[in-house]
Amino acid sequence: MITKSLYQEVILDHNRKPRNYGKLDKASHHAVGHNPLCGDHLDIDLNLEGEHIEGIAFHGESCAICKASASMMTTVVKGKSLADAEMLIKEFRDMATGTLDLAHPHHLGRLTVFAGVRDLPTRVKCAILPWHTLHAALNSVSTASTEAEDDPMHAPIGDA
Amino acid sequence: MKIIDSTLQPRIDSTLDVAHVRADFPILKLQIEGKPLVYLDNAASSQMPQAVIDRLVRYQTSQHANINRGVHYLSETATAEYEAARRKLQYFINAREDREVIFTSGTTDSINLVMHGYGRKFIGAGDEIILTTLEHHSNIVPWQMLAEEKGARIRVVPINDAGELLIDEYEKLFNERTKFVGVMHVSNALGTINPVREMIAFAHARGVPVLVDGAQAAPHMKVDVQDLGCDFYAFSGHKMCGPTGIGILYGKAELLERMQPFKGGGDMILSVTFERTTYNSIPHKFEAGTPPIAAAIGLGAAVDYLSSVGIDAIAAYEGELLNYATERMRQIPGVRIIGTAAKKTAVLSFEVADVHPHDVGTLLNQEGVAVRTGHHCVQPVMLRLKVPATTRASFAFYNTMAEVDTFIAGIRTVQKIFI
Repeated sequence: MITKSLYQEVILDHNRKPRNYGKLDKASHHAVGHNPLCGDHLDIDLNLEGEHIEGIAFHGESCAICKASASMMTTVVKGKSLADAEMLIKEFRDMATGTLDLAHPHHLGRLTVFAGVRDLPTRVKCAILPWHTLHAALNSVSTASTEAEDDPMHAPIGDA
Repeated sequence: MKIIDSTLQPRIDSTLDVAHVRADFPILKLQIEGKPLVYLDNAASSQMPQAVIDRLVRYQTSQHANINRGVHYLSETATAEYEAARRKLQYFINAREDREVIFTSGTTDSINLVMHGYGRKFIGAGDEIILTTLEHHSNIVPWQMLAEEKGARIRVVPINDAGELLIDEYEKLFNERTKFVGVMHVSNALGTINPVREMIAFAHARGVPVLVDGAQAAPHMKVDVQDLGCDFYAFSGHKMCGPTGIGILYGKAELLERMQPFKGGGDMILSVTFERTTYNSIPHKFEAGTPPIAAAIGLGAAVDYLSSVGIDAIAAYEGELLNYATERMRQIPGVRIIGTAAKKTAVLSFEVADVHPHDVGTLLNQEGVAVRTGHHCVQPVMLRLKVPATTRASFAFYNTMAEVDTFIAGIRTVQKIFI
């Protein structure tokens, strides 16, 4: 069962006790991510020193998948170089959308607990939102949206 | 004329035999994630009985051609079947004449037709349109577009915490600038049944026409447009066991005749020269181009099917499902029902404490239970009730009490995972 493997203990734990949750006292970079389909939003504060992520924090309203993804992301990218962070953003996005072959070398480590979202198209955006928002913050863009036209996951879901 | 398809067994008793009904729906035999499908997303779209599927197959295999054109056998057959479907819909909603029943692509298309055909001709600068907080985006956005174009103003009827319209406030909104009222018969997100008959009477006493969005009512209760007195009534085929891509706009003949066409093209004209075009009579004036003929005939078969089950029996049975599901749900700590109107259809929107609706929906799917999560195209309702999103279970007459139990057990499973 794909779903069961997605809601595994590590994800539930990060949802219950999100790491680096809150705001930074002094942030050099900041971005807000929106998923207008469900109204979820996520704020990310960054403190960059030179080419490294010195500090990172997040807060917002979101589902368990999104919150756990954000929490684990902060623990992984903290202390990383900007280039490494961008590489992880790309690899995570490719994993979530099913274009990354996990059999080949990658740098995702325990982030592979999110691999199951590739089979749940409506939940891919939940997992990716924190990474999009991080990308926006790193590039000094103040907002990110899962529905932005340049978003590779842009595919509005209808309603009734 | 034969209205009821002879292949269906008449069910004259008022009680509904759900086992018998379920056997009519092949999709209900599906397994999802290894579990029997429990389909509780009927407010989004309902499932199709074999009788309707068979009717579509019969049309495509032996009756299809373009309508209103050929003198050949198939064209005449398709035209006759298409017009027969219109009459089935006429009887289903008790319209006075068949020319008051216009085939559209769905409720959204029907409302846009009224906005363009009536609104753009008769609503001007400074005029006011009354809508309600409960409206689906499809009965808000067209009127906003009109208001922007004309310099008109939209007034909104508020709701209480239970999700019921405040009728006193509705009445206070009327003034000499009020030119139109748009109101949904039943709320898609909350299930509230609005007192549209009384609201229409109040508007008519002030000479204001009323459009009723009946998308969530037509499948679940007897709709009589003459008894309601509405000027327009819009609904969709796919929410009432019919195909997608087909819907109905009922309009009073005298209003439809005064309206301008919505779309221009073939079939909606009597004569065309480059100097002048003469429009066809209603309903053809509003059915430009080749319509979804098969879907219209399929919708005709769907209302035959609903009538054979009995619309009053459907309403009574779904009421029992709602009562049972509501009672079971109230027993679960940490679950809050959103939308507690005194008069409701079988729709349950709810929140599970500390669990996001998307997680609820994904985990219920693991139990085979299909529900809807999100804002349900009613962001003003979500804003008013201060919920970002809800999970919604919406029932149909083919759901069972045992399925309610599976659904309730599923919610408890979700809660256990998130403890």
